[in-house]
Amino acid sequence: MSSISFDSSLDPILSRRAAIQKIAASSIARRKVYSKVAISVCLLCLVVALIPLVAIITYVAAKGIPAWNADFFTQVTKPEGIPNGGVWNAIVGSLIIDGIAVAASVPFGILGGLFLAESDGPAAAAVRFSADILTGVPSITIGIFGYIVWVKTVGSYSGFAGAFAIAIIMLPVIMRAAETAIRGVPVTLREAGLSLGARRSTVARRVVLPAALPGLLTGVLLAVARGAGETAPLLFTIFGNQFFQANPTKAMEALPQAIYTYSSQPYNDLIQIAWGAALLLMVVILVLNVGSRLMAARLRRERR
Amino acid sequence: MAGGIFAVLLIAFVVAMATQAVPAFSKLGVSFLWGSNWDPAHNHFGVLPFAVGTIETTVIAVALAVPIGLGTALALAYLAPRRLRAPLSTAVELLAAVPSVVYGLWGLVAVAPLFRTTVEPQLTSVLGWTGLLGGPNQGVGLLLAGVILFIMVLPTMVAISRDVLAAVPHDQVEGAMALGATRWQVLRKVIVPGARVGLLGAFTLATGRALGETVAVALVIGNSAHLAPSLKANAGTIPSLIVSSFGEASGTQLNVLFAAALVLLVVGIGVNALARVFVRSVKRSGAASVTVA
Repeated sequence: MSSISFDSSLDPILSRRAAIQKIAASSIARRKVYSKVAISVCLLCLVVALIPLVAIITYVAAKGIPAWNADFFTQVTKPEGIPNGGVWNAIVGSLIIDGIAVAASVPFGILGGLFLAESDGPAAAAVRFSADILTGVPSITIGIFGYIVWVKTVGSYSGFAGAFAIAIIMLPVIMRAAETAIRGVPVTLREAGLSLGARRSTVARRVVLPAALPGLLTGVLLAVARGAGETAPLLFTIFGNQFFQANPTKAMEALPQAIYTYSSQPYNDLIQIAWGAALLLMVVILVLNVGSRLMAARLRRERR
Repeated sequence: MAGGIFAVLLIAFVVAMATQAVPAFSKLGVSFLWGSNWDPAHNHFGVLPFAVGTIETTVIAVALAVPIGLGTALALAYLAPRRLRAPLSTAVELLAAVPSVVYGLWGLVAVAPLFRTTVEPQLTSVLGWTGLLGGPNQGVGLLLAGVILFIMVLPTMVAISRDVLAAVPHDQVEGAMALGATRWQVLRKVIVPGARVGLLGAFTLATGRALGETVAVALVIGNSAHLAPSLKANAGTIPSLIVSSFGEASGTQLNVLFAAALVLLVVGIGVNALARVFVRSVKRSGAASVTVA
């Protein structure tokens, strides 16, 4: 503060400066308030986005846990009105279908990932692009594709047809994860192998893939989490089966299919079973998903 | 070589579906695609009501997901406490891991009664003048399907938006701050415009997911074959039509369903290709790595 005070109204320059300072002060105050409000709205959006997850997990748990008893896990589905029904047939069906799908998609996925990681040409770009598109294509169309090429050709609904459709869903997930995992293997390892006179294919098989194994496993877990929850592809391929069926050449039941079937029926005991199955499926998938994320995070830390 | 599978698969998809759809076109011409009368018993196969239903539910979902998703993404990339950003991001992304059939069951049993007793009456009293909310409050219908879809596409919108927002070069942010911009001005005038193309990609991918979602929508939309007179009315979408009438369909109806699936597939491929081009251009020009969920 200056000790001498001027009458600012007498000096045109000083009066202009005062006016500008006043405008600036009110502008910054207004902008700061505006900024605070807008940022609060963004944080509120975050809260709104988190509500459904909490709501759905608590609701499904509250409805599903009462359905979990020994019969639920060991008995096959019973028609409405007959007590002690369960989803044993659906659990076995899901395990078999997803098992076959993993077994079919893992080799192709890892080979594809190896190809993408090792080559950077237009072919790799085209493959990456079509794999990305395949990830986003509506899953119902994958189910219909399975129906046309498998069910119609073979002549019957089957666990294999379901596994075929689920494998198509898993494949791009595994491939992109494999690419990331393989790219993460240090070049020095690769060069050491090559300098010993090993062929590229030998280095890939004996050095790169073992080193990338944890990352590959992460990708497989993620793919299972993705594939196991899919319903639409199964509706057109496995048909559903209320009896126990472990033969994948026959129509089978699976957890997502069972949930869909029973939730659209007006019977409370069947809806109860649907809740139990929904909880089971959700827990398995969330555990797989979170597990693969934790593994990936740990890998990244170790790399550093 | 194994990678070549995908290009082959995509082509095989289109070809397989086209061969099954051809009889529908040869018997009915192309006019069924915009006919409004769906009555398989009398050989009327107009899929317009379902196409409109698909567009309406998608618009509701995306109209909610864009502002809320963008706000959430900004919060996760720049505003939330630093230590909470990673766990909260994971939490939002886990919404994408919940199986769609579980969303359907939850929507039908838990959310639909809430809509019938609370949300729909409230909305009607506030927005009834628009004429979009006529008819009884019944819970299931277009509005509920749109809202469930919104929850389902939110993680897609948030995950990609957050990545592209975080990839905006830091020198631009610092430059704006040095000029005296407030935090919000930096976000609004520098970061959002800088991530424009990537955000467009996120929007497009979310739209693609909403268009193709099947099981959850089939459970909560009420499955009607008529053009819905109100957002509260029962309706149908193309995926819900296919899944709900596939079981009893045969002959021409089955061919029509394949034709509808073909349309869905072609639109799906187009939308996704567009989205990847948008997101990838950010990746190429941008600093940080962009992961696409």
